Amino acid sequence: MSGTPTYVPKSAFGRWFEARLPIMGLVHSSFVAYPTPRNLNYLWTFGAILAFFLVSQIVTGVVLAMHYAPTATQAFASVDHIMRDVNYGWLIRYLHTNGASLFFLAAYVHIFRGIYYGSYKAPREVLWILGVIIYILMMATAFMGYVLPWGAMSFAGATVITSLFTAIPVVGGGVAQWLWGGYAVGDPTLTRFFSLHYLLPFMIVGVVCLHIWALHVAGQNNPDGLDVKDVERDTVAFTPYATIKDLFALSLFLILYAWLVFYIPNYLLDADNSTVANPLSTPAHIVPEWYLLPFYAILRAIPNKLAGVIALFAAIALLAFLPWLDTSSVRSAKYRPLFRVCFWLFLACCVGLGWLGSQEVNDATTLAARVLAVGYFGFLIVVLPLLGLVEKTKPMPASIADAVLAKRGEASAPVTK
Amino acid sequence: MTSAAVDNPNRRDILFIATGAVAAVGVGAVAWPLIDQMNPDASTLAMASTEVDLSQIAEGQIVTVKWRGGPVFVRHRTQKEIEAAENTPLSELRDPQTDQQRVKKPEWLIVVGICTHLGCVPLGHQGEYDGWKCPCHGSVYDTSGRIRQGPAPLNLAVPEYAFLSDAKVKIG
Repeated sequence: MSGTPTYVPKSAFGRWFEARLPIMGLVHSSFVAYPTPRNLNYLWTFGAILAFFLVSQIVTGVVLAMHYAPTATQAFASVDHIMRDVNYGWLIRYLHTNGASLFFLAAYVHIFRGIYYGSYKAPREVLWILGVIIYILMMATAFMGYVLPWGAMSFAGATVITSLFTAIPVVGGGVAQWLWGGYAVGDPTLTRFFSLHYLLPFMIVGVVCLHIWALHVAGQNNPDGLDVKDVERDTVAFTPYATIKDLFALSLFLILYAWLVFYIPNYLLDADNSTVANPLSTPAHIVPEWYLLPFYAILRAIPNKLAGVIALFAAIALLAFLPWLDTSSVRSAKYRPLFRVCFWLFLACCVGLGWLGSQEVNDATTLAARVLAVGYFGFLIVVLPLLGLVEKTKPMPASIADAVLAKRGEASAPVTK
Repeated sequence: MTSAAVDNPNRRDILFIATGAVAAVGVGAVAWPLIDQMNPDASTLAMASTEVDLSQIAEGQIVTVKWRGGPVFVRHRTQKEIEAAENTPLSELRDPQTDQQRVKKPEWLIVVGICTHLGCVPLGHQGEYDGWKCPCHGSVYDTSGRIRQGPAPLNLAVPEYAFLSDAKVKIG
């Protein structure tokens, strides 16, 4: 970014080191002097909240791996051992399981913020796609983590998700056996899921680094969707302004986390997972974790196996194409009255599908899920391309500074058009 | 070199292509063991058969036995169930198979107890046809284990099996 002062370390050792490895300069330009738009609201603090949860999940996960045994005969008992015998094991496990849920909650706020304010539009397409890749890696990691306690629901979940691959014509059965390491989910499956559950978070760290790199090339989007024109007028330094705001928002979010962990630690867990996995029977009512429910509802809404699996994967993959599906050049929903309405309807479809995914299958829920699935896909592949052509957008302020001043009523804000 | 420069392809191109081809084969040869290690291993392949004592299974009863780590249903069918299975016209079936194609002795139906939709274990004596119903996504099977309703595309699979005697069957 232009206007970033060159970093010069104060100490002689600092200057000596900086000449050989300019890492402090990188940190300074990325997290201290980095200019952030001055109109950012609290929805922009969720990136930092997500970074915190990525680190905390890795820390608690590494600790749990010290006490967990990834074999079909020992896994269930070793989780009991963690809960009853290991010092503070109950705390670390509850932090890890509930941390996964809050990680997803923060990710959903972050994703829907990106959609509402058009953060995926040029020049941030690659930044957005990296985010979709992180989201997919998160789902894979969470799914495999859910299998590790080897409860009845772990087993059923592992069976259903790996069986999605049997829908592939000709090679599907072979692919599923390759994933299982047997003829069904079993001991080899559990052991490899543990290995991958440990690996994937570090791959997420790698993609997050690229995500932040791409962010710092394009600069942050903002609630008005305007480009930074004058660094002096339109931005403030990352530290202290964004740093302190992020820490404050994180503190509030951690209160929610602590409430879950200390008061209702089992609220988001399934009672069926307190019984050990049994390959010869499936729990009467199987449901995935809440953060996967909308996709599960889409899968169930379609009566054909292959078509259902394609719809499930398409629902996720389409997100990567948002930058090109949305034809409007105006980023923020603030200046797009029709898009704003459609966005809230889309969010309602997602939440509705999530609720339906948790319900028993019957004619009414299937019909409702079909209607909402049409809404989900309709928003992405019909509404977004057409809106850009027909929508009359509102006039936008000339700059970020003008937008801020207009809101505070401190100065007249020149408006374009 | 002066004469070789006009050849097309020249000697150097051939060497590049040949070297690249050898390198590709080498990478493939190293990648395959890393991929194949995930396939079912020798110990998994070894536990490939199960014997079942049929004398303990009463008429009308379904027994679930474990074969290759998963469930197999052994169903001692009643006369009524056999007739229902045999008298179903093939035109009503999604995955058309006659009952005779699916059993060796009409009173014994032996099928893999894994729903062909997404792998859940169906519940016996349930659903409209009194065969099986899957608790996960509502697939319904008849008394021959054939798919009748719901999202599953195929009939419950029939494993390889042989009657060792009137009262003993070997699955696998």
